[in-house]
Amino acid sequence: MDNPREVEMETVSCPEGLEVVWEKPETLTGNRMHYCPGCGHGVVHKLLMEVLKEMDIQDKTIGVAPVGCSVFAYNYMNIDMQEAAHGRAAAVATGVRRMLPDKFVFSYQGDGDLAAIGTAETIHAANRGENFLVVFINNGIYGMTGGQMAPTTLVGMKTSTTPGGRDVETSGFPFNISRLIAMLPGAYYVTRQSVHTPGAVRKTKKAIRKAFEHQRDRKGYCLIEVVSNCPSGWKMTPVVSNQWMEENMFPSYPLGDLKTDGVLQPLKGN
Amino acid sequence: MNRKNATPTEKPDIRLMKGNEALAEAAIRAGCQGYFGYPITPQSEVLEYLTEEGRKRGMVVMQVESELAAINMVYGGAGAGARVMTSSSSPGISLMQEGISYIACAEIPCLVVNVNRGGPGLGTIQPAQGDYFQATKGGGHGDYHPIVLAPASVQEMADMVYLGFDLADKYRNPTLILADGALGQMMEKVEFPEYNPADHIPEKPWATTGKPKDRERNILTSLHIQPEKMEEVNRRLQKKYETICANEVRYQLVHADDAEILVVAFGLAARISHKAVEMARAQGIRVALMRPITLYPYPYDVLRRMKSTLKGALVVEMNAGQMIEDVRLGVEGAVPVKYFGRMGGIIPTPEEVLEEIRRMSGDGHGAGDGHHHAMHDQILEERN
Ligand SMILES: Cc1ncc(C[n+]2csc(CCOP(=O)(O)OP(=O)(O)O)c2C)c(N)n1
Ligand code: SF4
Repeated sequence: MDNPREVEMETVSCPEGLEVVWEKPETLTGNRMHYCPGCGHGVVHKLLMEVLKEMDIQDKTIGVAPVGCSVFAYNYMNIDMQEAAHGRAAAVATGVRRMLPDKFVFSYQGDGDLAAIGTAETIHAANRGENFLVVFINNGIYGMTGGQMAPTTLVGMKTSTTPGGRDVETSGFPFNISRLIAMLPGAYYVTRQSVHTPGAVRKTKKAIRKAFEHQRDRKGYCLIEVVSNCPSGWKMTPVVSNQWMEENMFPSYPLGDLKTDGVLQPLKGN
Repeated sequence: MNRKNATPTEKPDIRLMKGNEALAEAAIRAGCQGYFGYPITPQSEVLEYLTEEGRKRGMVVMQVESELAAINMVYGGAGAGARVMTSSSSPGISLMQEGISYIACAEIPCLVVNVNRGGPGLGTIQPAQGDYFQATKGGGHGDYHPIVLAPASVQEMADMVYLGFDLADKYRNPTLILADGALGQMMEKVEFPEYNPADHIPEKPWATTGKPKDRERNILTSLHIQPEKMEEVNRRLQKKYETICANEVRYQLVHADDAEILVVAFGLAARISHKAVEMARAQGIRVALMRPITLYPYPYDVLRRMKSTLKGALVVEMNAGQMIEDVRLGVEGAVPVKYFGRMGGIIPTPEEVLEEIRRMSGDGHGAGDGHHHAMHDQILEERN
């Protein structure tokens, strides 16, 4: 295995008198994830793989991993996967989907990958109405490279490259790329979710399922933004990071559907 | 997968075509299933021809937002097991270098075509060979080589598509066709051979087509974070390049038997040089032509074999002198190696080349060594 921290997780059998409420689906490899404690990446991986299992499309799905903290997604997702260059996941996914039109394809990308270096590929894939799902983890920071500013970093938010807080004059505004994408005719379903509470997790899973059903029905491009935390990059405990996210990220990135069934939804927040 | 276009072709036929069109037609006949590209002179006819003809015959053909996107779509599509290609010209090929590096490391077979124009920068749309270094020495980051084929006629623009795809599949490596703008634009007779893609395209068990229950998941990646693993991957790649060098060198040799002077040139420059060599022969000068057909792997061996009987070598290029370095490596300092070339999209004439050959045969050393390569000579001498 490539990742030095990768270890197989132990499987335990259910002790007598207890009931199994969750079992690892075969779509997850069982490798112990390298994500920091409390990080949203792992939860979203799990939801994605549960949906593939429930729809029984493990053998028909190809994933595209980004460059970012989730670069090793293929160590955890037990499906065929391609690792793309930084920002190019939407182009790679386009290549896969166009050559395998009857399969399911998704890309999984962070905010730097999707909304900075890969903006052109992201927008044009959406605009062509590429029939795949993009899962977009917006944690407002570059996790993998050690906490630099992302295009989605909030105004005033401190990162290693905005030590005094992001100021608009130097660095421009937080990039609400999902809203931009929702306006494109090629986008069919655009939603913004989170995974910081059990209720939010359930909603995100529903959204993922819906997006794969749209793909099955060839409806076109779907984008699920998950506003997520980065306890390490934000320098907060997992619990505090979730509170901070609710208070600070959600006003700028309000949760909910931005576009459903090809119809733009009324704007929320700013 | 769509293999509609992968049926055996009818009788080989002969047509008068532009180089770019011949290349595109050959791609369809070679069973190419996907093309992703972005317009740039002097190769846009490839995209245009495939949009028209390729789509009609079942190909996925897309004009996309940039060469960056195009090469990464090639990564995805070829990684999914399809026969896929892209084409561009110099500035676009520069944009693709990151992607080609990833493709080489993930060992994804595909075809990239560079119809070389004059550079650096935006340069000129006229033909040139200034991308030789970029093509043969890697181009992007890291230790890798695409296989590089250099056509010298419209016929070869077609032939090298089949060969390029087959070599790519054989070695799970990108193949690059390095043609110059003139070859793309000129019209010549071309004959399309009998070629049944089904007989040529191997099984691709490594491709990401969806993981069935009974096999491990397939992962295409160039990331190997542990240094030991990365070194192992590099060793494997280097071993593959050694095999390619041992098995796939191709070149053309003309009038070699009694030659004292060897002209070395590729592509269009080789055609011009060929003419000059014939003119020189008519004047009694004992001169030969060596035309590398593969630029990587390079035909060093033929140079090594010939060096003891030569008085000198003349390298004719449409650049500032790039391949001359490989010729110097080949003759190992045994004979003087001289450069003659034109830049900026200007094509040397046979008369100019003849003049250089005559000068070289006159004084035995040629008209002085390529000044900008003096340093290189010293290094070679030290090694010897
Ligand atoms: C061409 C290129 N430039 C820069 C990098 C370095 N790099 C790796 S990941 C990354 C940012 C990742 O941030 P994000 O996409 O937000 O994902 P996260 O790590 O936060 O999940 C950068 C800049 C790279 N790998 N390739
Ligand atoms: S650095 Fe941030 S995004 Fe990356 S694993 Fe840690 S918490 Fe998650």
